[in-house]
Amino acid sequence: MVIHIVDRRLNPGSKSLENRQRFLRRAKALVQGAVKKSSQDRDIKDVLEGGVVSIPLDGMDEPRFRREGGTRDMVLPGNKKFIEGDMLPRSGGEGRGKPSDPGEGEGEDAFRFVLSRDEFVDLFLDDLELPDLAKRKLAEAESEGIQRAGYATSGSPANISVSRTVSRAMARRVALRRPRPEAIAQLEAELAACEDETRRTELMAEIEALKAKARRIPFIDPIDIRYRRFETLPKPVAQAVMFCLMDVSGSMTEHMKDLAKRFYMLLYVFLKRRYRHVEIVFIRHTDRAEEVDEETFFHGPATGGTLVSSALQTMHDIVRSRFRPSDWNIYAAQASDGDNSFSDGEVAGRLLTEMILPASQFFAYLEVGEAGSNSFDMSDSSLWSLYERLRADGAPLSMRKVSDRSQIFPVFHDLFQRRGKHERAAS
Amino acid sequence: MTGASGPLFEGADWDFATLQRIHDACEEIARTELGLDVYPNQIEVITAEQMLDAYSSVGMPLFYKHWSFGKHFAHQEASYRKGLMGLAYEIVINSSPCISYLMEENTATMQTLVVAHAAFGHNHFFKNNYLFKQWTDADGILDYLDFAKNYVAQCEERHGRLAVEQTLDAAHALMSHGIDRYPGKKKLDLRAEEKRSRERRQHREREFNDLWRTVPAGLAKSETVLNVERRRNLLGLPQENLLYFLEKTAPRLHPWQRELLRIVRHIAQYFYPQSQTKVMNEGTATYVHYRIMNRLHQQGRISDGNFLEFLQSHTNVVFQPDFDDPRYSGFNPYALGFAMMQDIERIVTNPDDEDREWFPDIAGKGDAMAVLRDIWTNYRDESFISQFLSPRLMRHFRMFHLHDDPEERAGIRVDAIHDARGYRRIRRELAKQYDVGFIDANIEVVDVDLAGDRRLMLRHAVVKGAQLNESDAKRVLQHLADLWSYDVSLVETDPSDKVLREYVLNPRKLAAAA
Repeated sequence: MVIHIVDRRLNPGSKSLENRQRFLRRAKALVQGAVKKSSQDRDIKDVLEGGVVSIPLDGMDEPRFRREGGTRDMVLPGNKKFIEGDMLPRSGGEGRGKPSDPGEGEGEDAFRFVLSRDEFVDLFLDDLELPDLAKRKLAEAESEGIQRAGYATSGSPANISVSRTVSRAMARRVALRRPRPEAIAQLEAELAACEDETRRTELMAEIEALKAKARRIPFIDPIDIRYRRFETLPKPVAQAVMFCLMDVSGSMTEHMKDLAKRFYMLLYVFLKRRYRHVEIVFIRHTDRAEEVDEETFFHGPATGGTLVSSALQTMHDIVRSRFRPSDWNIYAAQASDGDNSFSDGEVAGRLLTEMILPASQFFAYLEVGEAGSNSFDMSDSSLWSLYERLRADGAPLSMRKVSDRSQIFPVFHDLFQRRGKHERAAS
Repeated sequence: MTGASGPLFEGADWDFATLQRIHDACEEIARTELGLDVYPNQIEVITAEQMLDAYSSVGMPLFYKHWSFGKHFAHQEASYRKGLMGLAYEIVINSSPCISYLMEENTATMQTLVVAHAAFGHNHFFKNNYLFKQWTDADGILDYLDFAKNYVAQCEERHGRLAVEQTLDAAHALMSHGIDRYPGKKKLDLRAEEKRSRERRQHREREFNDLWRTVPAGLAKSETVLNVERRRNLLGLPQENLLYFLEKTAPRLHPWQRELLRIVRHIAQYFYPQSQTKVMNEGTATYVHYRIMNRLHQQGRISDGNFLEFLQSHTNVVFQPDFDDPRYSGFNPYALGFAMMQDIERIVTNPDDEDREWFPDIAGKGDAMAVLRDIWTNYRDESFISQFLSPRLMRHFRMFHLHDDPEERAGIRVDAIHDARGYRRIRRELAKQYDVGFIDANIEVVDVDLAGDRRLMLRHAVVKGAQLNESDAKRVLQHLADLWSYDVSLVETDPSDKVLREYVLNPRKLAAAA
């Protein structure tokens, strides 16, 4: 008998991917809730690894007619000591619970499954965005799709335009009077039928000449070949830069630095993932500020006094030299414990109101506090009260206080939640 | 090819040539010694992920898209990754050719086991058992699934994903009540089914004439009072196939929705025999692979080491935990089925007095395979157990029968045990556990209020006091009401027609109805 053995292993995998996506779409609200909940007590690094989430089954289950209760008869294996007529006490209270319950399960109340890294982060960042991403500029690098743009003499074989190539070849053959195969065949037939010796020689010479000509003029010449040409469509993109300003002065405890770094880590991931054209500038400051790379920013040690204005000044310098406010959407997030030398307040305030805020779309200030301190009874720090004052004057500032790891995610969501423009300044 | 010709393979590795040799060796034994009659075989090698894929879409190689399959996949994948669940070694599809999926991780011994089990055991059962012959169309199923998949995809394109999803959700909820339980209508011919659907659509498109719209509608027919008898006759009531009833009579469904109901119904029907023959089907396959493996070993085509490997996994498969074992989850169909097949073989070839008394028809007849093949052809689980479960096996499994009456305060009564007084009762009760009539709730459409508010009336005949789970019932009825587009009521009645509970649900506004 003929037997077919088929190797299916090479078939494209993830056949159920579409079903999975449908499922995730349907359960989106639930999954998103679960993602947020599970991200709260996890490290940011872990969050980005995806992982198991569990969602309640409500709304995701598939109801069926199910029966329950009533008198039940069952036959079980493994009788060791019962004899007919024995009464077995019910375990586990009234009605339910048999020596062993073979019947219908009660159904799970939670549904656990694994989300991949991408799915997790996407869901996690789903409703976040940079506010006011307004300034768009035509950048050559970015393209959106391709469109047909006539024909070219070079290209990839996949793009050969057969009809164009063949018609050009025909035009060339006609123009150069390439002998047609039928003409040669006709002469050959005549030759076969011909008796006359001289005529034969003539014919043979003629056939030879035609054949030579046909060889010289190829049916399709490389110069006939035309390729379909495609052009990329440039599309204006919004260029944005995010300034991360972090206070690393001596007054910042390890806990505070940890909070600030977590916040920036999240911000970093968010920007990297959602915006391809966002530049990130890291500035850390004590009593003087420096622009550092990502590695130093997150891991390098530093300590010293506190001058907030130094960081703002550095940011301003960088904006002036590298990011023209007319082309760039400028964002800044500042984290600090709020301590600033008293004399610096006015300078910082002026820098902010006159230079930085007018150029920025959005400025977020995150005040980190000591563990356990309640954000409500922290007395306002010097920086907080300064910013509070500015905000009262209508500056586009968002301010939040964080004193515990678990607050980072909610605050982050809060800051970057998608919302209407008017709400933002009011927060 | 004849008997012994050296081992089929060495060690655990295999390639496609090995599979071919294995198949040929198994086939020879299956045909000559066991006398099996099978569909042509097709063997497909798949990965673990593909196996999970197949799991989540009811074991079918191609299936329409629906979120619930994604849910099952996610769920199964999670428990598989955690190590909670092993994967089956194979999946076999009742189709012609009969497709067996083999996992690539299996060793050569396991592949032999699986080929013998699926490609010959299950295959023979599919081809010969009367239920499968009556209810399924092995030739057409793959084409039909392909049609279903494309049809659903087309509907999504034309009518929107949401509308299709809602219809399918509703149909899935009613799937267990979309089955014809009694023959009488002609066997399903799935190929013709697909053609019929196409022709009907073409006919409609051809006959479409916009003029009909402009013809003034006549006066409404004078209200004739149909008597109940006649109305029920016209609607084919009572009707227990809810999906069929909706497909044919739901007043406001679009044609494509009816077709979707039909697809779900056909697929439910296709699986109907499988749910009734679990014990027999697995018993047959296990018995066949056990016979084939033993013979291969005797012929020297499987080494002693590999045979031990086989015995180990075979023993795991037919393990039956006791009721008080934490691993217990009902009778293991492999264990029960295999034990019964072996027991029948013993009764036929080497009966004792008890067997002669209990099974006069088959005891000592000599040709075990002829008897077994006859049984495989003509029985389903319920009738199989009620006829062939022997006292010896009841003793072997130490079976006992519990009667749990919630009214009884003292506890659960042991009604019968494996002794002379109990054999027949235990056998009857066990057979009843496999009776489809008892497995699903008995719910019927009893009437439609055509003259009034078009309410659809259903009745659940409560057996032994087991009522429907209320929240689930409400949700299913909601789906039902959505399809029917008018109110739906369900009453639960006990055998004396006393109403125990009544549900009434109003339809929601569906995207599809818009």
